[in-house]
Amino acid sequence: MTKIVVAVKYVPDATADRTFDEADHTVDRENVDGLLSELDEYAVEQALQVVEAGEGEVTVLTVGPADAADAVRKALQMGADAGVHVEDDSIAGSDAFATSLVLAKAIEKLEYDMVFFGMASTDAGMGVVPTLVAERLGLPAVTYASELTVEGDTVKIRRDGDAATQEIEASGKLVVSVTDQTGEARYPSFKGIMAAKKKPVEQWSLADLGIDAGEVGLDNAWTKVLSTTPRPPRTAGEIVTDEGDGGIKLVEFLASKKFV
Amino acid sequence: MTEVLVLIDAPAGKVTKPSLELLTIARRIGEPSAVVFGQADTSVLAEYGAEKIYTYADSVYEEYLVAPKAEALAALAAEKSPAAVLAPATTEGKEIAARVALKTNSGLITDAVDVTVDGGQITTTQSVFAGNFTVEAQVTQGTPVIAVKPNAATPEQVAGAGAVEAVSFDVPESAKAVKIVSSEPRVSTGRPELTEAAIVVSGGRGTNGDFSEVEALADVLGAAVGASRAAVDSGWKPHSFQVGQTGKVVSPQLYIAAGISGAIQHRAGMQTSKTIVAVNKDEEAPIFELVDFGVVGDLKTVLPQATEEITKRKG
Ligand SMILES: Cc1cc2nc3c(=O)[nH]c(=O)nc-3n(C[C@H](O)[C@H](O)[C@H](O)COP(=O)(O)OP(=O)(O)OC[C@H]3O[C@@H](n4cnc5c(N)ncnc54)[C@H](O)[C@@H]3O)c2cc1C
Ligand SMILES: Nc1ncnc2c1ncn2[C@@H]1O[C@H](COP(=O)(O)O)[C@@H](O)[C@H]1O
Repeated sequence: MTKIVVAVKYVPDATADRTFDEADHTVDRENVDGLLSELDEYAVEQALQVVEAGEGEVTVLTVGPADAADAVRKALQMGADAGVHVEDDSIAGSDAFATSLVLAKAIEKLEYDMVFFGMASTDAGMGVVPTLVAERLGLPAVTYASELTVEGDTVKIRRDGDAATQEIEASGKLVVSVTDQTGEARYPSFKGIMAAKKKPVEQWSLADLGIDAGEVGLDNAWTKVLSTTPRPPRTAGEIVTDEGDGGIKLVEFLASKKFV
Repeated sequence: MTEVLVLIDAPAGKVTKPSLELLTIARRIGEPSAVVFGQADTSVLAEYGAEKIYTYADSVYEEYLVAPKAEALAALAAEKSPAAVLAPATTEGKEIAARVALKTNSGLITDAVDVTVDGGQITTTQSVFAGNFTVEAQVTQGTPVIAVKPNAATPEQVAGAGAVEAVSFDVPESAKAVKIVSSEPRVSTGRPELTEAAIVVSGGRGTNGDFSEVEALADVLGAAVGASRAAVDSGWKPHSFQVGQTGKVVSPQLYIAAGISGAIQHRAGMQTSKTIVAVNKDEEAPIFELVDFGVVGDLKTVLPQATEEITKRKG
């Protein structure tokens, strides 16, 4: 019986026009459609595969605004068994440390053998929350798995680092983060979508986790954003259709820019 | 002047160019102190401005992932009270930086593309939302811990004292839980490093698996070769070639995309390139929205013609 908690984030759709709130420079989560972070789908998929290979349960955990329930629902539709949604107005604008604190406290309240994460969120994209949660819980962190095998309570991964490809191994209660190299995530089936409606989702506040509002949120972040500036639009380039001399034209352009 | 701790990346003992960039950035803040785990060529660190070099020789740092280095660096930071801690924004560098920041109650900024200092106040620049926004930020608590991307500065040769100080540190047992069973260094392609190259030529699904035209053009330009995820997923190139959100983020002087449609996740890895050129059969391909120059045509004929023309011009 393997109990896995998967931490998933509700993020603004990357294919929409993502922006920032002009007043406090936080990510605009109101005027842009949100969804379950694509990179966390891979974590849900891997957790489901581990459980399906033996026996177990997958609980998805999200920290986010009311709409973040959508992310939990999607994971339940994919096949997760239960959900936990931590929602509290004081959490808005939290940095990675506060997010990792809330996640760690929520995880401590759950029964689990392993905690799965995506490699990075598609909005903040720091890729540090898994390692921070592990640090807070005092658990081993087996991170950036491109390939994952679980045997009993031992996890082995392939980690494609910048300088080397490594085989990494740890046992016991631990934290895992997976990359998009682990394999396609499944789409919810019709049966999965119907079943998800009956699956339990718990709603927790900061008080339920014994966290003081002064430890989280924008005002208590350890970093401050001074400005957010849209990149100036690229000036329209020149586009030619190849009529037998496309390569020559390309080189003429490169030469005009002194690349050749 | 206060010290600035700089985590050095030196795979197989060779100090990376981004590590030298960190030393140059550190100089803007204070006196650079290089922190080396394992072996590294310390003379090059001194040449690029390291005043002190803390070395950790224990093999424990190669046997277990991240945690031992984080424990050691956090202890050093607590002891030295540096003006800042800088790390390379590699996966490992970011994880170490995050843990050091948490352990020392300090704010963390990852993926900085620039670091400026004004009256002792450090401000970072980041490129976010697939390169569509530039964000300026500051750390407001503790020692600023900053993970910096490649090419954030041009490494400057300024002689530093380079005083080597071997540090012995007792790594707690709790940090020895994640074993590195094996480590296979990436084989060099003989071409420039993707993240460091001035020119990158990338191929996508449109290459249909044959990268020879892409590579030939890259070689006459002295460029690095990149790939889209579609090309990597098809097994045509290893993941280390991937440009994009879940691959490398590059920002060269010139980026040439061949047979790549220009999905948002690919743009995330190349949108901030100075000059962008694309060759694509489909005039509707979104990549053309980004380009300075585009050729609507078949890469199988356009690229070889360009390669030949460049060779001819070089004489
Ligand atoms: C979570 C997530 C993360 C991702 N991360 C990344 C990432 O890091 N990097 C990345 O690249 N993608 C990433 N993707 C995938 C991305 O969405 C696209 O699927 C991918 O970039 C497409 O690759 P492509 O442009 O090579 O292929 P396609 O989109 O299939 O485009 C191929 C192009 O080649 C052109 N073509 C075909 N034949 C020729 C020819 N003979 N000559 C000229 N042109 C030709 C076609 O017109 C077409 O435009 C990610 C996706 C997700 C969901
Ligand atoms: N608010 C959140 N709720 C649940 N999980 C999160 C949250 N933020 C981050 N995570 C998890 O941490 C991973 C890395 O996030 P980040 O460090 O923000 O890039 C994500 O892929 C998620 O698995």
